[in-house]
Amino acid sequence: MPDPHAATAPPARHPGAWALILAVPAACALALAYVGGWLSPQRLTPRRIVDQFQQNAGVHPGYRRNHAKGVCVAGYFQSNGEAAPYSVAQVFAPGQRTPVVGRFAIPGGNPYAPDGSVPIRSMALRFALANGQQWRTGMNSMPVFPVATPQAFFAQLQAGQPDPATGKPDPKKLAAFFAAHPETAAFRAWAKTAKPSASFATDGYWSLDAFVFTGPDGQRHAVRWRVVPEAVDATGAAAPAGQPDYLDADLRQRLAQGPLRWKLLVTLANPGDPTNDATKAWPDDRRTITAGTLVVDSEQAQDSGPCRDINYDPTVLPDGIAISDDPLLPARSAAYADSYLRRTSEEAHLPGTARVDTKPQAEAHP
Amino acid sequence: MNNTTGLFALPARILHWLMAAAILAMLFIGVGMVASVSERHAWLLRIHKPLGIAILLLAVLRLAVRLRNPPPPLPADLPAIQKLAAHASHWLLYALMIAMPLVGWAMLSAGGYPVMLGESLRLPPIFPAGPVAFAVLRHLHGWLAMLLFLTFLAHLGAALYHGLIRRDGVLASMVGGRRQS
Repeated sequence: MPDPHAATAPPARHPGAWALILAVPAACALALAYVGGWLSPQRLTPRRIVDQFQQNAGVHPGYRRNHAKGVCVAGYFQSNGEAAPYSVAQVFAPGQRTPVVGRFAIPGGNPYAPDGSVPIRSMALRFALANGQQWRTGMNSMPVFPVATPQAFFAQLQAGQPDPATGKPDPKKLAAFFAAHPETAAFRAWAKTAKPSASFATDGYWSLDAFVFTGPDGQRHAVRWRVVPEAVDATGAAAPAGQPDYLDADLRQRLAQGPLRWKLLVTLANPGDPTNDATKAWPDDRRTITAGTLVVDSEQAQDSGPCRDINYDPTVLPDGIAISDDPLLPARSAAYADSYLRRTSEEAHLPGTARVDTKPQAEAHP
Repeated sequence: MNNTTGLFALPARILHWLMAAAILAMLFIGVGMVASVSERHAWLLRIHKPLGIAILLLAVLRLAVRLRNPPPPLPADLPAIQKLAAHASHWLLYALMIAMPLVGWAMLSAGGYPVMLGESLRLPPIFPAGPVAFAVLRHLHGWLAMLLFLTFLAHLGAALYHGLIRRDGVLASMVGGRRQS
């Protein structure tokens, strides 16, 4: 750009100066692009994880990209005060009753999957503490997670992508994945004998990831939690064969008789117990306290229920509970946020987001 | 204008450089955390919220400082189009440094999240919860961030242009010290 005022301010027409004026902002832009992952498509990002869910199960506008099929529930948590010495979270204060909005679901991105297609059920909870803080948790009905890292989780998703020819995952790819990931052994041993339950009410649900409690004395305690059902299977109760949607009906029927209850158990780690590896259960003899009772007394369809617009991000925690060094937790938070933005954008019918087909998206990353 | 020193007032200069660092860091933190699945995601998010509110407070303070201490006038010989660009981009920067934290705060409110600035410090919601509002505000937050970054790049390029090509004292008025004129 020529300077029309050369007389008053002698211009430095040095090409180096112009180069600097262009180079400095360009370097800033490049740095931002690098941090944003735009220069490294191979980097694992939340978007790639959620895209892979869409590759595996199709795009179902408005639904969660994982655990898409589910039902809203509500109730409360009644604390007995036994966890209060370990965590200052108000939810654990003696006698404290905290309202809960929850969600039962089955894993996978297909909201129409038959209930019997997987042996896993999940329970997500949002505790709304009286002080305005929240505790959100997403738990699964298995004692260990198959993998320990987001990278391995992504590899598992890729291996499970249906082959377009058969509509089913390629057994060879799955076998290769499990061979390359021996940490999945404990999960596979569980899965071998696990059967799809006939009811959400008779399952227990594990936090899987480790968290850190902080007590009133400032002491930190590595913990995992789980809920254990009061309801037990009727003898020989099995998932009804050939029926795709029995879990919702079962839940409604049970709630018509009265509330359902789970004990909330908190297990305290011993020094040296792994907090960064959800594939490893802690030994059975670890100190376990019963923090109180979760009471579920109503249910509502997920497309209109209060759980619909809740992102059950397990890193939304009250004072007194914090995330551990478990690498799955930040990845869950990041991927859930991406899924939440997609489905709320679809609900808002924002341009470019309202997808009506159920085919995998072409825009998905390779 | 009653600014005769040719310099921005000292509080304005301190606020400018402090906020420059904070806002630039904030843009990188925001872009980095939404693209990360590692533990970086968690700790960047922990910085992002309190830093955003800090920027909001500093921006309000800075507006007050600016009203009390008018900035030095632009060089009289600056072409009108550049004067216009300078004024427009500065008011855009002010608008964005106030809007960004408010949109982020409103977006978390609309998403039903507790707006936690630390382990126990919580801000009240400033927007009713709802998925449509959340989606709109979340996208707005991202687009405004891009606009802020582009405005920053233009601001940076213009500052260098004043300092290296025109050498008209505009850059020096914010850097402080020697003024060429």
